Amino acid sequence: MTVLESRGLGKRYRPRWALTDCTLSVPAGHVVGLVGPNGAGKTTLLHLATGLLAPTTGTIEVLGGEPAASPAQLARVGFVAQDTPTYAGLSVADHLRLGAHMNPGWDAALARSRIERLGLDPAQRAGKLSGGQRAQLALTLAIAKRPELLILDEPIASLDPLARREFLRSLMEFTAGNQVSVIMSSHLMGDLERVCDFLIVLVASRVRVAGEVEDLLATHHLLTGARHDPAALPPDWQVISASHTDRQTTLLIRTGSPIDDHAWTVAEIGLEDLVLAYMSQAADPAPGRTPALEVQR
Amino acid sequence: MIWLTWRQFRAQAWVASAALAVAAVALAATGLHLAHLYDISGIATCHARGVCQTVANAFMNQAGAAYGVLFYGGIAVMYAVPAIIGVFWGAPLVAREIEAGTFRLAWNQSVTRNRWLAVKLALIGLAAMATAGLLSLMISWWASPIDQALPLAAGPNDRPLNRFTPLLFGARGITPIGYAAFAFALGVTAGVLIRRTLPAMATTLAVFTGALVTMSLWIRPHLITPLRATLAVTTANMTGVANASGGRLRATAIVNIPGAWMLSSQTITATGQTSFPATHACSTSSSFQACQAYIGSLHLRQLVTYQPASRYWTFQWYEMAIFLALALALTGACFWWVRHRRLS
Repeated sequence: MTVLESRGLGKRYRPRWALTDCTLSVPAGHVVGLVGPNGAGKTTLLHLATGLLAPTTGTIEVLGGEPAASPAQLARVGFVAQDTPTYAGLSVADHLRLGAHMNPGWDAALARSRIERLGLDPAQRAGKLSGGQRAQLALTLAIAKRPELLILDEPIASLDPLARREFLRSLMEFTAGNQVSVIMSSHLMGDLERVCDFLIVLVASRVRVAGEVEDLLATHHLLTGARHDPAALPPDWQVISASHTDRQTTLLIRTGSPIDDHAWTVAEIGLEDLVLAYMSQAADPAPGRTPALEVQR
Repeated sequence: MIWLTWRQFRAQAWVASAALAVAAVALAATGLHLAHLYDISGIATCHARGVCQTVANAFMNQAGAAYGVLFYGGIAVMYAVPAIIGVFWGAPLVAREIEAGTFRLAWNQSVTRNRWLAVKLALIGLAAMATAGLLSLMISWWASPIDQALPLAAGPNDRPLNRFTPLLFGARGITPIGYAAFAFALGVTAGVLIRRTLPAMATTLAVFTGALVTMSLWIRPHLITPLRATLAVTTANMTGVANASGGRLRATAIVNIPGAWMLSSQTITATGQTSFPATHACSTSSSFQACQAYIGSLHLRQLVTYQPASRYWTFQWYEMAIFLALALALTGACFWWVRHRRLS
């Protein structure tokens, strides 16, 4: 089963495409990291997945259904929006009551125990909570409805480092014990590196790469060798980035086959460097096409 | 969803209930006294005795001294309440959720956004109509002695003021229910379209005021074809003679049909002309009596169009139905926009 399946998905805001030609298939059971610079279209993709937005082109299915089409479909997806909105005038306890009244699958015991563990005062108004506490309250609302898929839009971007760690820890505690898939976005890879096992890199409204982290690490290689003519590289090497000095060429390539050319020194690449390489690609090339070599000094 | 709607609305609901309770106490206390003044004034039996204008005037002097402020205050409140409902209940309903981003929280509970909007609009819309309806019931009851005495107290050349004339019409009976529903739906629509609370509030107030003025000045008079009547002009109801072009004169008069809404009025001569030749009799050098005699010889008549008092409740129902229909149309538009507009 897939948690998210999209074909040719696109969204245009009047003059500008926020997301173009997005074809994805995300299998169930993963913690998916959606990474990209600010303004890349991450929020647009997540809003399409929650049904807050309707696509301009293409289709999107979440857990096999049209997003937000019915109460049953809404019950299957938990969503924590960017900046973790809560009702400022309502107390923590009111938010739990809200969740209980508006979700048939509400797990009151789970919600209560989480609030207790977090040390939140149920009588406290949400408007008086710190950013980290508010994020935790929003996460509690999203998980106590017992969703099959949890979607989090930059949930930790505005939190201090301690609150970030606390938030991610409580998220992982929950996902470890439950059959739930997670899609969370961030503009910083460092946030996601420890928790994600599936990665989608979105740059300038296009998906640059998507796949399981293990596969991505196994198929990307950092090569160093004597200066090469770009045209002479094997055809199944997809060059992600390249830099040259007078004598030396350094390539980041993606290939499914082993590298047996001894002219190259092969090194493995970390996830953060891999994502950075995709993010710093020139803005226009479509995924799959080999970009031209660039000289960097 | 009903719980959340009530939780978010309950503060306003308490304020409205408290205000209604205060109004009820104040109006009951003074209204009983006012009704007593009416009972002892003898207006009820004045027709048989032919003294209506005298006793009605006596009553109006008494009532005006004691309750004039409350009477006009009640009219102002009756127009203000629908506006307040539109501005403070309607405009922020969706706009504030958009501003705070909380619609993303609400729309991701297991409730479709159609239901979310439907429950909010239905519950608060009904509360708006009930508030305006109850207040109108109280104020209409309170003011009924004065409303009944007003047309009787008016002399043949007084400008008519009664419950049918524009100032009072929208502040009595069932029209405020339509106004409240319309103002509320208008506020919600403005919030959905403008997406910011304060500009939506201002827009609501402006459009609501415009709609009421348009209705009472240009639409309501023509809802049913007005009646026409030709009435005699006497020295009692003639208000003046003025110069018209071409050395002619024109007379003006005010005629009053009790309880009717007078729409237009024109003084014409026996031959149907709107002006008549100036003669020496009405020049500055001649006497007032001479001019009166000359004008009397012209047999002037007053041509009026009006809505008779018997149509009052038909007009009340029409007005309420029109504003309820507008409210429904706006509500439908809200549903469409909430589905198809990008709110974030």
